[in-house]
Parts: sequence; structure tokens; C-alpha cells
Amino acid sequence: MKVLVAVKRVVDANVKVRVAADNRGVDLTNVKMAMNPFCEIAVEEAVRLKEKGVATEILVVAVGPKEAQEQIRTALALGADRGILVEAADAQPLAIAKILKAIVDQEKPGLVITGKQSIDGDNNQVGQMLAALTGMGQGTFASEVNVADGKVKVTREIDGGLQTVELKLPALVSTDLRLNEPRYASLPNIMKAKKKPLDIKAPADFGVDVAPRVKTVKVEAPAARKAGIKVKTVEELVAKLKNEAKVIQ
Amino acid sequence: MPPFQQYFGETQNIVRQTVRKFVQQEITPFVNEWEEAGELPRSLYEKAGAAGILGIGYPEEFGGSGFDIFTKIAASEEIMACGSGGVAASLGSLDIGLPPIVHWGSPELKQRICPDVIAGRKIQCLAITEPGGGSDVASLRTRAIRDGDHYIVNGSKTFITSGVNADYYTVAVRTGGEGYGGISLLLIEKGTPGFVVSKKLKKMGWWASDTAELFFQDVRVPVANLIGQENAGFYVIMTNFQMERLNLAVMANTTSQLALNACLDYVQERQAFGKPLAKFQVLRHKLAEMATQLEASKEFTYRVAAKIGAGESVVKEVSMAKNFATSVSDRVTYDAVQVFGGMGYMRESLVERLYRDNRILAIGGGTYEIMNEVIAKQMGL
Ligand SMILES: Cc1cc2nc3c(=O)[nH]c(=O)nc-3n(C[C@H](O)[C@H](O)[C@H](O)COP(=O)(O)OP(=O)(O)OC[C@H]3O[C@@H](n4cnc5c(N)ncnc54)[C@H](O)[C@@H]3O)c2cc1C
Ligand SMILES: Cc1cc2nc3c(=O)[nH]c(=O)nc-3n(C[C@H](O)[C@H](O)[C@H](O)COP(=O)(O)OP(=O)(O)OC[C@H]3O[C@@H](n4cnc5c(N)ncnc54)[C@H](O)[C@@H]3O)c2cc1C
Repeated sequence: MKVLVAVKRVVDANVKVRVAADNRGVDLTNVKMAMNPFCEIAVEEAVRLKEKGVATEILVVAVGPKEAQEQIRTALALGADRGILVEAADAQPLAIAKILKAIVDQEKPGLVITGKQSIDGDNNQVGQMLAALTGMGQGTFASEVNVADGKVKVTREIDGGLQTVELKLPALVSTDLRLNEPRYASLPNIMKAKKKPLDIKAPADFGVDVAPRVKTVKVEAPAARKAGIKVKTVEELVAKLKNEAKVIQ
Repeated sequence: MPPFQQYFGETQNIVRQTVRKFVQQEITPFVNEWEEAGELPRSLYEKAGAAGILGIGYPEEFGGSGFDIFTKIAASEEIMACGSGGVAASLGSLDIGLPPIVHWGSPELKQRICPDVIAGRKIQCLAITEPGGGSDVASLRTRAIRDGDHYIVNGSKTFITSGVNADYYTVAVRTGGEGYGGISLLLIEKGTPGFVVSKKLKKMGWWASDTAELFFQDVRVPVANLIGQENAGFYVIMTNFQMERLNLAVMANTTSQLALNACLDYVQERQAFGKPLAKFQVLRHKLAEMATQLEASKEFTYRVAAKIGAGESVVKEVSMAKNFATSVSDRVTYDAVQVFGGMGYMRESLVERLYRDNRILAIGGGTYEIMNEVIAKQMGL
């Protein structure tokens, strides 16, 4: 079974971003970049499926700037077999999903794994849109994935607890934080990954228009949290929650 | 845009991201524990070895990934980004102890030692400094007298990084007459009768690094453990210093970067007189100067590294880079503690540790004064 994994280049999760001076976004000059953590989990899951003999080939796809080759090479060093970079900086979720759909049509993977969201825009849309566009079943927010007999059983993290769904392959899974703990690549594997195939494409190759559909009006830093207060009694706490915070009735 | 010199390419960036991930997962959560313990667990060497991190810069035949100076620098910067100079120093002690063996050791010695050290199964260190003096290497007194197919070693070494936990010691000894022409390097193994390692020395900084004093009393070392030619050790030591000095410059720059970054966050959060510290011009200018000094130091260090990578001899420039980078980090770490106010003096602040850890950088690997001596000599003075 071929597994397609989508990966995104984003600001490193440990970087404290600052709002850019023009309020159009966050300041990305000289900021450390890395693979989106949920995508790392997606790659790890695919590699584990390959180690179990369930997956036979792992294709990694990134839609992003030229430098996103680094994230594809990292995935190749982790165990993926080949990569496709579709060069388009700042593409929005729908455009990314359309590009991925075109690649799914060409490559016909048995399973597509994406992160549940990328930590730059936190949109949480690409996986769902891709499933809708391709007609595949979707198991989002996965904390457990089992593939057997042409089906994938996905345990999902939902507000009320855990939900298990069974999907016919081909299907789409989006990863949540607890699905696995991704490994890091080893240096020899990074060197070997240089020789694995990586194709570079443009959105036009798939007939997709990446012009933005959503306009960002303004980006502001969240308001600083005000200092807290200490209350003396439970009664006082309840009264404040009722009358001041108005979070209970 | 016309192209300009880029030091880090795709491979270096991928290695950087990978080492960063390793550090976030395997080092950062444990730094405080290791700082208190005064040493690193052996398993860290094994993990770093398995990830190929210790092998950066070493030949593939020994399990390394080959020499590329900016790959090495990217990895060193990310390891130092854990915020503990001691972790970087002890995990990196192979980088001062092993190169003499790689470059000058006999084929048998290389085969026996290098793969285990690069895999993190054995810990390697370098022992030059003696209680009687470190700057004046040519006057070292530890004696090795030939006796058949052995040397008999007597003397002592001190301030040896990784000296407590090491398995292999690259030791400078006097095999010949007075002066630099009588020095050789010997590989001495832990457990050899007569070789005693003291307890961990207590230090101002680099707490996570085990530093030891070594004693040799009639220690019999096989002649096969000689590294390079007899009495040619001084040249090996001086050549080896070049990369060590570059590494120390990189470490100083990363120290400055971490201190500056911590300040940039702090001045946004911390309020005084009703506004964030960032709004006080005197502090804004302080930060601007810290950033300017660091930028110049980084560019210069990278430039020197690029020349080393191209095979140029840069004895003068690498000494300049070390002195420049450490004067910048002296000032930046001092200023960082100042910007943090009382909090900068507290152990819970990163800048407090950076301030302590930084102090060694202008001493180890050749002091500030010795660097100036080297520079002056190269200037024909
Ligand atoms: C934490 C730590 C780790 C270390 N790790 C190692 C290690 O792994 N291996 C190792 O071999 N050594 C190691 N050292 C030792 C280090 O290399 C020496 O401390 C250093 O070379 C200085 O030698 P010294 O301490 O004997 O100082 P000295 O040589 O006694 O110098 C004292 C002062 O005199 C100045 N001075 C000396 N000669 C001159 C001169 N000609 N002109 C002007 N000024 C001069 C020096 O600059 C210095 O300011 C370590 C030291 C420390 C603190
Ligand atoms: C070991 C220790 C012992 C202490 N003992 C005592 C004690 O016994 N009793 C007690 O009351 N306190 C004590 N202190 C607290 C000490 O007096 C304060 O740390 C000090 O006054 C600085 O205040 P701060 O830490 O809040 O720094 P901040 O006021 O937050 O200052 C942070 C930085 O901003 C700068 N800054 C602040 N305002 C301005 C401005 N207007 N213009 C330009 N720069 C500015 C400061 O100079 C500093 O560099 C102690 C502190 C330490 C570390």
C-alpha cells in the first residue's frame, strides 16, 4: 500500500513569534523554521506502517516555498521514499487541498496522512477539505490507527472522550498529538536522503490557482493577561464567577 | 537579488533541525538535573552517537558522516542552545581528544579507538594542562620514559574536561628534552595500573561537565598508543587548537545569542514605572549594541570557518575570532544579567547560568592573553 503524507514548513514550535511591525502577520526574518509538529507525527505513523509491512511506499508532499525541500528531505531521512514539492509560498488551505487532490488522483495512495493542523495558521482544514474533494472517508484527530483487511480503524480524540471509526481504504487520517512520539533523523540517514528522488512542481502543473481567497486584515498580539487576585472563601469565588466573570449562573 | 555568501545550505539546515529536535527531546528536559549532578549520563553519549551527532566531522570509515565545517557548526550551535555550556563541553570533549588520533594515529589505533568514541560507547578527552601551568604548553612536565615496548608515565594533569568519566585520554607527555621539541601524545586508557582520576572538581560554571585532575604513577603505556611521531607532539597540539578555538568562538556567539534572545523576551514582559522595559531608551540601546556586537562576531567567526573549510591556514584569524567572540559574550552576558535585574541573579534564569558558563571561554583552549601573543607573533612582532 502506498501512503501519502503531507508535510508543512512552519515556524519552529519553540520560537516565540512576534507580530510584524506592519501588523500583516508575524515577523519571520531570521526565525527558525521546522516541520510542523503534527506533520512529524504523520511521517512517524507512515514510517511505522512501513516497518510493520503495511505500507510499501511513502510519498511525502509539501506545498510551500523552495526551502520546504528541507522538510521533505527530513521526512526522507526519517524513512519516506520520495517527495514532491509544489512550490507555492503562503498557499491557503483550499488551494493546498486542491493540489493534494490532484496528486492523490495521480498517485492513488491507499492512505493519506496529514497533521490535524499546522501551527502557523492553526486552520485545521486541509485534511477535511482533501477528504471531501477526493470522496475519501476521513478519520481526523487520530490517537490510534490500525490498518487491516482494506480498512483503517481510527481512534479519534473528541471533546467527550474517544471515538472509534472504521473507514474503507483509500482513506484520510489526520494526526493528533498523542498518536505517537516522532523519532529524529540520524546523520547517516540525512546523508542518504540526499539521493532519494524529490520532484519539484508548480501549482499550474495541477491546474490549481493559488491566489488567496481570504484576506488578513490585521494581526495583533493577544492582550497581556492581567494579574490575578486571591479570594478568601469558596463563596466569594462563586460570587465572582457569577457576577463579575459571568461564567456560571 | 544578486547572490551573496551563504554559509549554511540545505544539508546544514536539515542537520540543524535534526540536532535541535534531539536537543529538545534528549537534553533540554534534563539540563537542570545534570547541572546538579555535575556530569552527564553515559546514555546521552550513546544516544548522540546513535543519532550520528558525535560523528559529524569524522571519516565515514569510523562511523562518521564526513567533514563539513558548517554542518559541524550548525550542530554545535544547536547543542549549545540547550543553554548549558557544561553539556556542550563534555558531550563535545571528543572533538578535542579524538582529532589527533584521527589525523596522526596509527591505522591500528584509529580502528581500535575511533568507532567506539564516535558511536558514544566510549568517552574521549584531551589532557594537556598541568597543575604547574597550562598556557606554557612547551614546559609541561609529565614524563614518559621508554622501556622496551612501553612508556612509563609519571606526572599529573588538571582541569580535564570529561576527565572523570572518560575511557580514553589523549595525554601530552615529555618524551624528549626540554622545550617544545620533546613533547609527544599518548593514548592512555582508564584502568591502566597507576593511573588515578580525582573526584570531580567544583567549578564556577560548566557544572554539567565532569572536570578532573589526573595522576600518573609508573603507568605502563604500550608504544603502540603513541599518537604521531615521538617528540612531534607540540605540532599536533597546536594544529588541534585551531578547531578547538573556532568551536569556542562558536560557543561564545551562541551564548551571546541565547542571552540576547532571553533579554528580548524579558523586556517585552517586564514592566517598570508603568511601561515595558522595552520602552526605556537606555535599555533599547543596550540591546541594539548587544545585537550589533554579536552580529559582527558571528559574521567574522563564519568567515574564518569558511577559510578553514577551504583549507587555508588561519592561525591569526582564528585566535582573533576567539578573542573577539569571547569579549562580546563577556559583555553580552554581563548586560543580560543587568537587564534582568534581580531576576538575572537567580538560578531560575537562563542568563544567570550563561553568565557563569561564559567565563571559561576566554580561558580554555588558550587564554585571551595567549591568543594575543599568537596574533602578535603572526604580525611579525
Ligand atoms: C572548565 C575548564 C575545562 C578545561 N578543560 C581542559 C581540557 O579538557 N584539557 C586540558 O588540557 N585543559 C583544560 N583546561 C585547562 C585550560 O586550557 C587552562 O586553564 C588554560 O590553558 C590556562 O592555563 P592555566 O589555567 O594553567 O593558567 P596559567 O597558564 O597559569 O595563566 C594564568 C594567567 O596568566 C596569563 N599568562 C600566562 N602566560 C602568559 C604570557 N606569556 N603572556 C601574558 N599572559 C600570560 C594567562 O593568560 C592567565 O591570565 C580547562 C580549564 C577549565 C577551567
Ligand atoms: C541577592 C539579592 C538580594 C536582595 N535583597 C533585597 C532585600 O533585602 N530587600 C529588598 O527589598 N530587595 C532586595 N533585592 C531586590 C533588589 O533590590 C532589586 O532586584 C533591584 O532593586 C532591581 O529591581 P528588579 O529586580 O525588580 O529589577 P527591575 O526593576 O525589573 O529592573 C530590570 C532592569 O530594568 C532597568 N530599569 C528599570 N527601570 C528603569 C528606568 N526607569 N530606566 C532605565 N532602566 C530601568 C533596571 O536598571 C534593570 O536593568 C535583592 C535582590 C537580589 C538579587
